[in-house]
Amino acid sequence: MTGTLAASTIHFSNMNFKNLIPTAFYIPLGMCALVAMPNWADAHGFAGDRFFPATISTDDPFAASELSLPTISAIRQPGGSGPVKDINISADLSVLVLPRTAVTIGDGYQIVKPANQRALTGFDNLTANVLFEFYENDPHELITSVGLTWEIGGTGRRSLGASSFSTFTPTFYVGKGLGDLPSSLPWLRPIALTGEVGLSIPSRAGDRSVSFDTATGRNQVTITPNPDLIQWGIAVEYSLIYLQEHVKDIGLRAPFDRLIPLVEFAMHTPVNRLIGPTTGTVNPGIIWSGQYSQFGVEAVIPVNSHTGNNVGVVAQLHFYLDDILPKVFSKPLINP
Amino acid sequence: MLVFLPSAWAHAFIDHAEPAVGSKLASPPGAVKIWFTERLEPALSTIQVFDSQGTEVDKRDTKVDPKNGQLLVVSLPAIKTGKYRVTWRVVSVDTHVTNGSFEFEVTG
Repeated sequence: MTGTLAASTIHFSNMNFKNLIPTAFYIPLGMCALVAMPNWADAHGFAGDRFFPATISTDDPFAASELSLPTISAIRQPGGSGPVKDINISADLSVLVLPRTAVTIGDGYQIVKPANQRALTGFDNLTANVLFEFYENDPHELITSVGLTWEIGGTGRRSLGASSFSTFTPTFYVGKGLGDLPSSLPWLRPIALTGEVGLSIPSRAGDRSVSFDTATGRNQVTITPNPDLIQWGIAVEYSLIYLQEHVKDIGLRAPFDRLIPLVEFAMHTPVNRLIGPTTGTVNPGIIWSGQYSQFGVEAVIPVNSHTGNNVGVVAQLHFYLDDILPKVFSKPLINP
Repeated sequence: MLVFLPSAWAHAFIDHAEPAVGSKLASPPGAVKIWFTERLEPALSTIQVFDSQGTEVDKRDTKVDPKNGQLLVVSLPAIKTGKYRVTWRVVSVDTHVTNGSFEFEVTG
């Protein structure tokens, strides 16, 4: 579910297109607590016949041990004195700590380069997430999860937009493959959807700033509200892996038999304090999934002028830790 | 920089199958063969073949090919025309479990 943290920290506005994809930093969580178990390992990202890749711009519903390193996003934004290049390099580490429960830690490094000026750099706020898979229906390729994301305020560089307050986002996740469609609709069966909806709640309702008003000779207090946001996202995937393995072998061979074209929608809707328009991006792209890793690249297209005006790009290299190091990661660290 | 040295194991996907996934055959096959991307645990890997009524028609003799640890085979009797569903459940040697299914049709 490492795509999750990325989505949770996307903030778009006309003024600041930062934190497109979050940040990077990891802590190998409790590896020393590994308890070797003789049980068979459930492969990550599966619900029945369906393999779901780790999505890039939105979160997927799976609790698994995986590593996104790196996720790189780049976009050019209009600025007051010329275009501003905004690059974010981030990473997320997820570790299955209990059966069906994973903990993720992520952070990112921001590089903002205004035209004809020195680049500003700094870390984003550290982000942590816990996700629990609470229902899976294999015949219908359905999985649902709940999670809580904590953007830890004050851990990133404030001048680059990292907030000094924390934000908590309880989230519901779902994944559904269409493999249970009747065999009369074979070409639709490789389609799968993943989605998430969460309420992002800042720990501080508003930011207070004081400035001196020379006209009145008095200090002026300004309160900038921090609205609660509904963070929602959808990924629509067409799995050539599923097509080849479960519907019809159309003769695709490597690397094309491992491709998953997809479109992701990563959206934010304010719900109080500063009611504004929904912002977000539509991200068409493609993922190649191998035995141990996957690579994906997407365009980042603002859905409206409130989000931005330029098209960006995001790319991610993602590792399946449970396949790379099965003796360590194929079972939960703590297996009661 | 972290460096990973992958082991030789992971969850097993289908590489290809005979009869091919979703194929139509003029004559009935004598066996279903599935080549996987990983070596399999012989005692825990199975293929079953069902007709359109849901009756298992294979000879229940699934075995991993002794010369190719990634090839799983089950024999078939002389089956009639019709649609058949192949279901498989395999355990790769690192204990990852995967399963799946596909159809083929004998047109006669």
